[in-house]
Amino acid sequence: MSITAKDLCNEEFFRGHKACAGCGGSLAVRNALKVLGRNAVAVLPAGCMSAVGFNFPQLCFGNNAIISTFAGTASMLTGIEAGFRARGITDFTAVGFAGDGGTADIGIQALSGAIDRNDNIIYICYDNEAYMNTGIQKSGLTPFGAKTTTTPAGKNIHGNIRPKKNMFEIAAAHGIPYAATATVGYMNDFLDKVKKASQINGTKYIHVIAPCPTGWGIPVSDTVEAAREIVDCGLWYLAEYENGEFTLNHDPKKFTDVTAYLKKQGRFRHLTEEDVAVIEKSRDEKWKKIRREWNLK
Amino acid sequence: MAKKFLSGDEAFAEGVRLAKPDVISAYPITPQTIVVERLSEMVEEGGLKSEFIHVESEHSALSCAIGASAAGVRTFTATSSQGLLYMAECLVYASGGRFPIVMMNANRSTALPWNIYGDQRDSLLLLDSGWIQAYAENAQESLDLALMSFRIAEDKRVSTPFMANLDGFILTHTYEEVDVPDTSLAEKFLPTYETENKLDLDEPKNMAFSAGPEHNCIFKYKEHRAMLEAVSVITEAEKKFAEIFGRRYTGLIETYLAEDADYIIVTLGSIAGLCRETADRLRAEGKKAGVVRIRYMRPFPASELAEALKKAKAAAVLEKDISFGNEGTVYTDLNSALFRHGVTIPTYDFIGGLGGRNISAADIENIFAAMENGSGERINFIGIEVDGQ
Repeated sequence: MSITAKDLCNEEFFRGHKACAGCGGSLAVRNALKVLGRNAVAVLPAGCMSAVGFNFPQLCFGNNAIISTFAGTASMLTGIEAGFRARGITDFTAVGFAGDGGTADIGIQALSGAIDRNDNIIYICYDNEAYMNTGIQKSGLTPFGAKTTTTPAGKNIHGNIRPKKNMFEIAAAHGIPYAATATVGYMNDFLDKVKKASQINGTKYIHVIAPCPTGWGIPVSDTVEAAREIVDCGLWYLAEYENGEFTLNHDPKKFTDVTAYLKKQGRFRHLTEEDVAVIEKSRDEKWKKIRREWNLK
Repeated sequence: MAKKFLSGDEAFAEGVRLAKPDVISAYPITPQTIVVERLSEMVEEGGLKSEFIHVESEHSALSCAIGASAAGVRTFTATSSQGLLYMAECLVYASGGRFPIVMMNANRSTALPWNIYGDQRDSLLLLDSGWIQAYAENAQESLDLALMSFRIAEDKRVSTPFMANLDGFILTHTYEEVDVPDTSLAEKFLPTYETENKLDLDEPKNMAFSAGPEHNCIFKYKEHRAMLEAVSVITEAEKKFAEIFGRRYTGLIETYLAEDADYIIVTLGSIAGLCRETADRLRAEGKKAGVVRIRYMRPFPASELAEALKKAKAAAVLEKDISFGNEGTVYTDLNSALFRHGVTIPTYDFIGGLGGRNISAADIENIFAAMENGSGERINFIGIEVDGQ
């Protein structure tokens, strides 16, 4: 069912916005809307994408779009979906685009409630691994070792001391009809998943890695490269959860060098060999579990 | 029309049923629960064709209602106390977005200390949230207010969310005989909701946007103007209501024996009944007592109160509220209104009923006596002995 250029609208729904050069999040939003088309009704909470897109009188969405409260992406999607249905409208897709903080921290309660009700919505978390809009503070999805402005890297503490919250499996644990991981580095895979989600009834959750050059400390030209390498070195994986089962979409024969991935990024440059060893060990344990328990495509 | 024996909560639910909201999102909290229980039963039985959404918090209750209202449909929610405070962020969101959501609030004390009984600190704390605030006195008014609230909030001149307040337990859980209007009459009173302020597949919109310093104050000014517009819309709605249902309401305030009164108690909510009874008793003794009940705290009845009180010798506010470090908020608002309109009578504040404490007829007699006596404190706490007095 692989998506091709023909499946994408020519129309642009997210343009003229003020996102930074190399923004991974805007890439995810722009392309996902090209899959979902004109009748996508987008909800974006307070965060980068709403901050860059909705500055009256310069409003940049070509489709229906609305900012929600920071905690309220999923609950507003619920209301919009119910409201359109009450109006007798059926040919629309209620889709949320929330960042990692808006999803895994402040918005997790509303997201859990929506999945619990099995509301017919798509929830896309564009994960740039910190509160980038407010200036790179740690979120629940900031990875181990990453330096942020609230997890400074010094002699005593080497950045963030906790691993990423596992949102994909948290969503799956609800028995959600469809959940998937993706990255803007493998765009076709991401857009396939958006397409698939749009054809499934009930709640859909897609977690897409979307690098932020400013927060990650990489050149603006390296967004896609970094978003690929995170998968290639095994620190992220492409997977789906459907019908109660996990499926790994891509099983690398050999991981690329984790140190190389980390050391290209300003946020990880301080890490010691011991820190990298911790990251590698947790990667290997995760993959052992994945290969043991999930369907391998 | 059918006579039914209903609590305030149930009467409000009947009013909501007649208003036929398309979406109801709610989260339970005492003493609001009965409203949403009854509404979910009506949906189950098929008498009410609403999407009933079981949200997982009050924040989501109102966030979901905002989403539904942005989709262009009639929307209802209900809450109380901590729940109202938990959704506070969404209150200003709904008013700023001009989403005419109707919410019933069961007035209840706020923690700490925990307390489930009625006072009005929850809603009065949110006076500045941009919502119309009405206070019902009895079960019949609760039903009628439910029906009227949608018409007022959704009027294009207003487009402002509406909070209808019922005193916790004293009104929400007390049973009275209530006239429940026929659906056909309700349809005559309440037009279907039509709005341009909605997401639209034919004409896509960007909503709930940011507006910087240059534009922000214009949006806020328009919000203020719309709230002021509500005054005449309320009058029109009540006139129409009287024509169709035969029950009359008197706008932002309701006066009782106030015209020639020397001493007037200004209050809101269910305690007004006891104030009127007390005024009757004092009248029988030859004392010119009167009562003014505030029905709407926002828009605030500044000129109405000034007009009602200008010939009195003194006025006293009886309120279940305290703004710590100052005085009761109703008192502050009243004094501002009187000062602005050049009414210079002495005024007193009587703070009582916090956490549901009983206010007795004797307490109310004491308020009238204090006004007549004129030598007491301006700010008074009913039932508290200050400094060992």
